[in-house]
Amino acid sequence: MTDLATLPPRPGTAGRLRRLLAVPDGAYRGALGAVAALFGILLVVFVVSMVMQARPTFAHFGLSFLTSTKWDPVHVHYGVLVFLVGTLETTAIAMVIAVPIGLGCALALAFGIPQRLRVTLGTAVELLAAVPSVVYGLWGLLVVAPWVRTIIEPALAKITGGHGPFGGSQLGVGLLLAGVILAIMVLPTMVAISRDVLMAVPEVEIEGAFALGATRWQVMRRVVVPSARSGILGATTLATGRALGETIAVTMVIGNTDHLAHSLFGTTQTMASLIANEFTEATEPFHLSSLIAVGVLLLVVAVVVNLAARLLVRSVGRQRAIGIGVL
Amino acid sequence: MTDPAVSSPEALATTPPVVAPVSHGSVMTLRDVSVAFSGKVAVRSCSFDIPMSQVTALIGPSGSGKTTLLRSLNRMHDMVRGAVVSGEVMLGKLDIYGPAMRPTLLRSRVGMVFQRPNPFPTMSIYDNTVSGLRFNGVRKKALLDEAAESALIAAALWDSVRDRLRAHASTLSGGEQQRLCIARALAVEPEVLLMDEPTSSLDPIATKRIEELIGELKDRVSIVIVTHNMQQAMRVSDTCAFLLMGEDRAGELIEVAPTTKLFSAPSDPRTEDYVNGRFG
Amino acid sequence: MTIMAVDPVLARRAEIQRIAQATDHRRELLSKLALLACRACLVIVLIPLVALLAYVVIRGASAWSWAFFSHLPTPAGIPGGGIWNAIVGSFIIDAMAAAGAIPFGIAAGLFLAESSGRIAGVVRLAADVLSGVPSIVVAIFAYAILVSHGIGHFSAIAASFAIGVLMLPVIMRASETAIRGVPGVLSEAGLALGARKATIARRVILPAALPGLITGVLLAVARGAGETAPLLFTAIGSQYFSISPTKPIAAIPLVIYQNGIQAYPDLVKIAWGSALFLVVVILFLSVGSRLVAARLRRVRSD
Repeated sequence: MTDLATLPPRPGTAGRLRRLLAVPDGAYRGALGAVAALFGILLVVFVVSMVMQARPTFAHFGLSFLTSTKWDPVHVHYGVLVFLVGTLETTAIAMVIAVPIGLGCALALAFGIPQRLRVTLGTAVELLAAVPSVVYGLWGLLVVAPWVRTIIEPALAKITGGHGPFGGSQLGVGLLLAGVILAIMVLPTMVAISRDVLMAVPEVEIEGAFALGATRWQVMRRVVVPSARSGILGATTLATGRALGETIAVTMVIGNTDHLAHSLFGTTQTMASLIANEFTEATEPFHLSSLIAVGVLLLVVAVVVNLAARLLVRSVGRQRAIGIGVL
Repeated sequence: MTDPAVSSPEALATTPPVVAPVSHGSVMTLRDVSVAFSGKVAVRSCSFDIPMSQVTALIGPSGSGKTTLLRSLNRMHDMVRGAVVSGEVMLGKLDIYGPAMRPTLLRSRVGMVFQRPNPFPTMSIYDNTVSGLRFNGVRKKALLDEAAESALIAAALWDSVRDRLRAHASTLSGGEQQRLCIARALAVEPEVLLMDEPTSSLDPIATKRIEELIGELKDRVSIVIVTHNMQQAMRVSDTCAFLLMGEDRAGELIEVAPTTKLFSAPSDPRTEDYVNGRFG
Repeated sequence: MTIMAVDPVLARRAEIQRIAQATDHRRELLSKLALLACRACLVIVLIPLVALLAYVVIRGASAWSWAFFSHLPTPAGIPGGGIWNAIVGSFIIDAMAAAGAIPFGIAAGLFLAESSGRIAGVVRLAADVLSGVPSIVVAIFAYAILVSHGIGHFSAIAASFAIGVLMLPVIMRASETAIRGVPGVLSEAGLALGARKATIARRVILPAALPGLITGVLLAVARGAGETAPLLFTAIGSQYFSISPTKPIAAIPLVIYQNGIQAYPDLVKIAWGSALFLVVVILFLSVGSRLVAARLRRVRSD
């Protein structure tokens, strides 16, 4: 237990030292406030330093930076559109997969499995979040990509006869694989938060529905999910934010070509993978500032999405300690 | 017959069942009904009839098992892990715990109103009212509208909400929300309506309105109401069943009688003590 | 009971019951199927976990050997290479990052737990938003501050800075939650005895919040240890052994990343072995943090 009894000052050097360390309340509050202020300064320096180093590009290329699809360090022409599209595409694929499956999984965890299994399986899902991005990338590249190339892509191509979204060369790596790996990576976020908001729906509402003669599915679909919908939206937004910023796993499986993908099998890059790939080789000054400008763009997108998500999840009054990087 | 997997089956049948004066129309009948949670008996061996088109009140001090007994009448304990209900609860000719009765259909015939108003927050007043019908597969708009209007009139809510049926249920006051819950339960046209201390969270004026309502409803549905308020029981009920917690902390049915008789000339001394306020 | 010619209530009741009974089987079946679909989603979510762990364990374990852990990397094609420099490098980077982020984070958490004003709300929101910033962007920040300016070239400390920034919001929020969880009566008792706030914080609150703090710190370290993007252009990796904070340094995630995309099978093997090592370490930290916290809570409640 804490030794409150020794708080009154003791004589001698130990006592003097102890009195010294028992800082007055004012100084204590001041020190804590300074730490908080330091945190704020850190963030400000963060944003300012990045924007300043990106400025040459914005100043020189202006709006064309955002609208041009040409990214050519050799001829000093920089346009980020390809990578913006790549980021949005991979995120969209990931979310289309992760939202329904994540919601279904959350419903199962909250209402569909016996009480005693809940903790074990819930922890197992959270374990997915603890696996580092680079390990996902390694597994995706060396294990899943060959499997996609030899089995999945040919099967999908048969559906559309080699045209449209399932056309083009079958390499294994590309948009489809990146989207799938991303989906796996954001599922824990989607599932954990959704499950929490689903279980937070007041018991009385659920009882009321059962008392009217509803089946379990009717209760889930007509009462629980609508009640939890803003929290579920928050989970979706948070997961989207993570998908947008994911770098390493995507870089390893997206194929890394600087053009738009022509189909789901096509290769391209995202904003994050572009930075990861080219940053250490950027010698030409505009190259570096352009990459940092891409970083600024990524930062803005991530912050906006994250803020929206936090406001949505907060509105459900969810309090939970940060998990294994799930939040 | 539900499987009585309670630790000591003998313990469930010590007291001889108390049988109410049999009236001709009994909408539901309980025979030797006991409820236990994870082996611990909460309500022991209750037997009585619920008269048709009347208000039956379950009264007694807190902890005597009134709500537990009430909830066994629409199989709400099905959803509680470790809950075991033994005995017979007859609705008409069927044992509601028998294999022939589906819980969803049972609950369309035996409705429930809860202690605190619980309208579905994301639904409008209209959608709330017809939610029970929709759960039971009714889709025809004409039938939904007709049932909704009839139920809202019966709950004395029609006049105040007829122009704002699409408004959210949360725009109603507490008393109005509870009447909405009553309307929601009535819309399914149940034969029995269970009410679990429906006015305990409401102010006196709202309470009075609902008590008036109860009197008006009994031609349409037989009502079983749990109340810890003796005066309320005297005001609204025709028959009273008095429960008390025994030494083993299990609730027992002490006496069932017409209300006036129970309060003026109770048979059991424990009932007499309770109605005279000697303990609460 | 008066029976009218057509009592609307009874007529409706009959009609509703007829519909209810006719649709009951279908509704019940739908409910069972829907629940089955949800459980299937659960299985779908768990399959990649099992598959990934299986492959990492199988392919990684075959790379493990004494040489793997104790040797330095060898050029491609020459067997017998190891990751010793990366193990040491990762440890140095993460230890320096933690040394900076832990005190800072706990102090900030203390601030958040003890304040309720608007400023605290803003700081909290800022921490939440920071935890959502992509790690590659944080890497650019570290580069801008410590590589292109501060030290002038790639260094371990730049990597530590980036990883520390990533750890910070996790520690802040976990600390705040842990400190808020300390019953108010303890600090009130201290105040009643005339102790200063700082003393109470040091002697009463922090020790009481220790289980939660340890969990938060270990989880933050687990997260930081697995990050690769912040190392890409700060530490950038190395083939040599180094413990200098101002020079490039090797790290496990970089070994996985850089070797995994190579064509040489022995390098790929090293990538798998490192991946298994990383997963094991992170698992230890995550599970260990919960066990330690649980053990501490049990001891304290005696």
